[in-house]
Amino acid sequence: MYAEFELDIPDSLDGALGIMAAGAAKGVTPLAGGTNLIVDMRAGRERPVRVVGLGKIDELRGIVCDGDRISVGGRTTVADLLYSPEIAAAGPSLVEAARLFAGQMVRNAATVGGNIACGSPAADLVPPLLSLDAEVTLVNGSGTRSVPLDEYFLGYKRDLRGQDELITRVSWRRPVERSANAFYKLARRKGDAITVTGVAVTLSAEGERCSRARIALGAVAPVVMRAKRAEALLEGETLGFAAIDAAARQAAEECQPIDDVRASAGYRRHAVEALVRRLLTQTRDRLI
Amino acid sequence: MPMEKIIALTINGQREEGAFPPHRTLLEALRGLGHVDVKSGCEKGDCGACAVLVDGVAIDSCLTLAWTVEGQEITTVSGLGDLAEPHPLQAAFADSGGVQCGYCTPGMIIAAKALIDRNPEPSEDDIRLDLSGNLCRCTGYTKIFEAVRTAATTMRAHGGKA
Ligand SMILES: Cc1cc2nc3c(=O)[nH]c(=O)nc-3n(C[C@H](O)[C@H](O)[C@H](O)COP(=O)(O)OP(=O)(O)OC[C@H]3O[C@@H](n4cnc5c(N)ncnc54)[C@H](O)[C@@H]3O)c2cc1C
Ligand code: FES
Ligand code: FES
Repeated sequence: MYAEFELDIPDSLDGALGIMAAGAAKGVTPLAGGTNLIVDMRAGRERPVRVVGLGKIDELRGIVCDGDRISVGGRTTVADLLYSPEIAAAGPSLVEAARLFAGQMVRNAATVGGNIACGSPAADLVPPLLSLDAEVTLVNGSGTRSVPLDEYFLGYKRDLRGQDELITRVSWRRPVERSANAFYKLARRKGDAITVTGVAVTLSAEGERCSRARIALGAVAPVVMRAKRAEALLEGETLGFAAIDAAARQAAEECQPIDDVRASAGYRRHAVEALVRRLLTQTRDRLI
Repeated sequence: MPMEKIIALTINGQREEGAFPPHRTLLEALRGLGHVDVKSGCEKGDCGACAVLVDGVAIDSCLTLAWTVEGQEITTVSGLGDLAEPHPLQAAFADSGGVQCGYCTPGMIIAAKALIDRNPEPSEDDIRLDLSGNLCRCTGYTKIFEAVRTAATTMRAHGGKA
């Protein structure tokens, strides 16, 4: 590969933020696992002038449970999620997404922060994280802010991260009420395939009634989206066939798929309806 | 021309140095130093032919910049064994017919080594999951999976050692 850029590899977060702040005018590009960035640089889609490698910043990697809050460092890898008993308990949809993510060597390098920051509507960790009401923490030299992942994406490959900010972690409240969480990735194969449609669902119930519903859809809109009108059709309702069927049809209605090389918009819409119905039924059956 | 830096790597137990610019991938660096047992296939993370272990973890060397692994331990397929003393994985791949043209083999063996080190008794699903980033255009995979099972059995019989 040939590309002209300066490369710094700091060993602390403060070091990285200093470099980000100093270079903000011309732009500093963080490099985590490189599984998007190196591919994009080789293809000429990205031409960074200054790159900051995050690989030596240990404080950005790890999974921490603090009371009912679970935090995943920005540089935590997809393989870390796959092997984590904490994640299996606090977000089983993420383990499923990690299992169906790329191939093993990419899973070993690819990070949670990189998956969010790449802004792709097909980023597989995003529907599970949205279904868990995750929050993204952004840090720069002058401070820290946390924003709901639901508000993080502004449009196709556009997000609200500032030039000098890093994603340091993503966190969510571990549900204390009775709830179930699942993910399904529809793609050509189980390994090494880009998602045609991804669906993540979280259902919470009190008795037979749905107290909270989250339905997140991948690769069917310019950004990974929540089907909020479909969620509203479930909340407060008895979790039976009628409510689930109405929500599945509503989710298909509110997604905005396009035709591309992997599938047609019509197929994707059909997949959303079928998968939302399937996952809602499965999660309901685990609760009731 | 971007500035070069002298980078030291421990490759198959031997310390080596090279002067590399920031954009030099580990794949290019290794092959440039003569480690041509590491293969270049797609150079975009799809095929796994370039897989090496970095401190025991399997990664695609084509997606890794040499500077980012400075000072770390790199293991390539040659580091596992040779013709005189093959690693059980190398022996099993040869015996089972898991090698045809051989282009995918170095990466396959590296991915399988990382799997068995982590999980000495892998199931069929475990093997498929860990080799899901390695493409083979010749064998149809059946004999590769068989070789990994055989090697895992041999290694367990030797107490987990090669
Ligand atoms: C063969 C192959 C298969 C793949 N399969 C899948 C798949 O199945 N599902 C899927 O979702 N993706 C897939 N991907 C895409 C990619 O692996 C993921 O998006 C991955 O999570 C990116 O993480 P990374 O650490 O490698 O990011 P990098 O490539 O290092 O960075 C990606 C972008 O994020 C920015 N960035 C990285 N970390 C941070 C941070 N902490 N703060 C701010 N910005 C940051 C970078 O500047 C860059 O713009 C695949 C890629 C390859 C090569
Ligand atoms: S050459 Fe690296 S994955 Fe194909
Ligand atoms: S043996 Fe030819 S690619 Fe696998």
